Amino acid sequence: MPYVPHSGEDRRAMLAAIGVRSIEELFEDVPERVRFPELDLPPALSEMEARWELEVLAEANLTTTDGPCFLGAGAYCHFVPAVVDAVLRRGEFYTAYTPYQPEVSQGTLQNIFEYQTMICNLTGMEVSNASHYDGATATAEAAITAINVHRLKRRKVVVSPFVHPEYRAVVRTYTQGMGLTVVGDEDGGENSGSAGLTDLLDGDTACLIVQYPDFLGRIEDLSDLAEAAHAVGALLVVVADPIALGLLKPPGAFGADIVVGEGQGLGAGLNFGGPYLGFFALRKKYVRKMAGRLVGQTVDMEGKRGFVLTLSTREQHIRRDKATSNICTNQGLIVLAAAVYMAALGKRGMRRVAELCYHKAHYAGQRIAEIAGFSVIDDKPFFKEFVVRCPRPVKEINDYLLDEWGIIGGYDLGRDYPYLKEHMLLCVTEMNAREEIDTLVEALKEVAS
Amino acid sequence: MKLDPKARYAKSHEWARWDGEEIVCGITDHAQESLSDIVYVEMPEVGDAFEKGDPFGVVESVKAASDLYMPMGGEITAVNENLDDTPEQVNQDSYGEGWMIRFNPSDPAEFDTLMDAEDYEAFVAEEEG
Repeated sequence: MPYVPHSGEDRRAMLAAIGVRSIEELFEDVPERVRFPELDLPPALSEMEARWELEVLAEANLTTTDGPCFLGAGAYCHFVPAVVDAVLRRGEFYTAYTPYQPEVSQGTLQNIFEYQTMICNLTGMEVSNASHYDGATATAEAAITAINVHRLKRRKVVVSPFVHPEYRAVVRTYTQGMGLTVVGDEDGGENSGSAGLTDLLDGDTACLIVQYPDFLGRIEDLSDLAEAAHAVGALLVVVADPIALGLLKPPGAFGADIVVGEGQGLGAGLNFGGPYLGFFALRKKYVRKMAGRLVGQTVDMEGKRGFVLTLSTREQHIRRDKATSNICTNQGLIVLAAAVYMAALGKRGMRRVAELCYHKAHYAGQRIAEIAGFSVIDDKPFFKEFVVRCPRPVKEINDYLLDEWGIIGGYDLGRDYPYLKEHMLLCVTEMNAREEIDTLVEALKEVAS
Repeated sequence: MKLDPKARYAKSHEWARWDGEEIVCGITDHAQESLSDIVYVEMPEVGDAFEKGDPFGVVESVKAASDLYMPMGGEITAVNENLDDTPEQVNQDSYGEGWMIRFNPSDPAEFDTLMDAEDYEAFVAEEEG
């Protein structure tokens, strides 16, 4: 849809048509003292001056291009190929609105359809929606979907303590007032193994939520948990890292019913916390309880392929208070970034990215394990993040790394897991050059001494 | 508007009919026409118990989703599983193959409180008004 500007001539003609002398006159109903108030603002800057001022502010920030970054914990430094921006910034995509009118939105709809298809390929699920805001809200919507699959008769959600702490908090926020109990993470993870979670599964459980790889970076065979959940009729919700899925077995292959996660690593960049991308995919038999938009493929009057928003009777503007969610939007632009990323890399490229993450993380783990005073917790296999026990508080180490070496260190696990005080979650991705890892090791050696 | 002379009708456009000791129930021809093409019927489970007026399911068409209400109280003994694959039967034969549920009525006298075919026809005419 083209942008339609007004010229001065257009305005004059419109004002004349309605018999008004000026635009200001249209506001005469607003009391004079508040109509065009004096605002205490500094004088307007030119574009050039505004640019200088913003650059000075921006320079106060440290970015991940200023030095090596080993911080993960849910937001990752993955490479964003130039092709992503090249497609994203096309005006047709950048300024497109919601595709309610399919006749003028085929580009947007096709993009979302392709994204949905690739997410299904990646996760091993049958249907994907058009996305949610982020991994945390997608996880909460998954819990709500499971509750609705069970027609509100089951009131318990079991969640592993090694699902991202913020995601667990959002699940609780989202389900306030629904009369649910969310259990499984009360002991802060200290004594939790699968056995603990399995004990909690019963006929009142709507779903079990686990993360893959988990928050500590670990990979586990989840098929036993899947079986245990299904044995009581509960759904298995897997929160997955889409980059890891380039290498690991897809959750659909070991019994997941719903797969959600954070798609930021698929071409979105860190962006200081957002906008991010919540992907959501599930088994077709649950599709009518799924939240979010859904794009479908169909044919037009002439038999040509076209795309539309479909299954709209799930949504709140039709189903009203019976809708299973109030979400009526999606992250259209970030969906496009993810679709471009996945298409550009392809199956082989995504596998290669995952392999690089895996090997670099293991190289780092190996070298750090050799530093006296540090140890790597590797009783379970890990993907791109691993737990390091440190000889000093994590904050001290990170301050030192940043101030003396310009390195962004890992996540302080003591913030969320009391039994992991002085443990750091270190993340290594394809963006960390070997030299960077070696420099980190040198820096950590200094810390230990 | 098609009507089943043996059935009785609720103001919410469901019909009920005796079949042995059980009640068979669905939505009226007028209802299916208003909804247009039906794409999905969400049914209760066998064994679920409801009171008269309780919502027991949802009928979805291409343009709307409407609750279905029990014309009488009772316990569900059967649901029409064919509607999973061919929901259009509700449009095509709303009093026959398009039946939705069968239930054991908790109070058979509630049947007499429903409208007969003639009264329902008049009721619809007035609603359209």
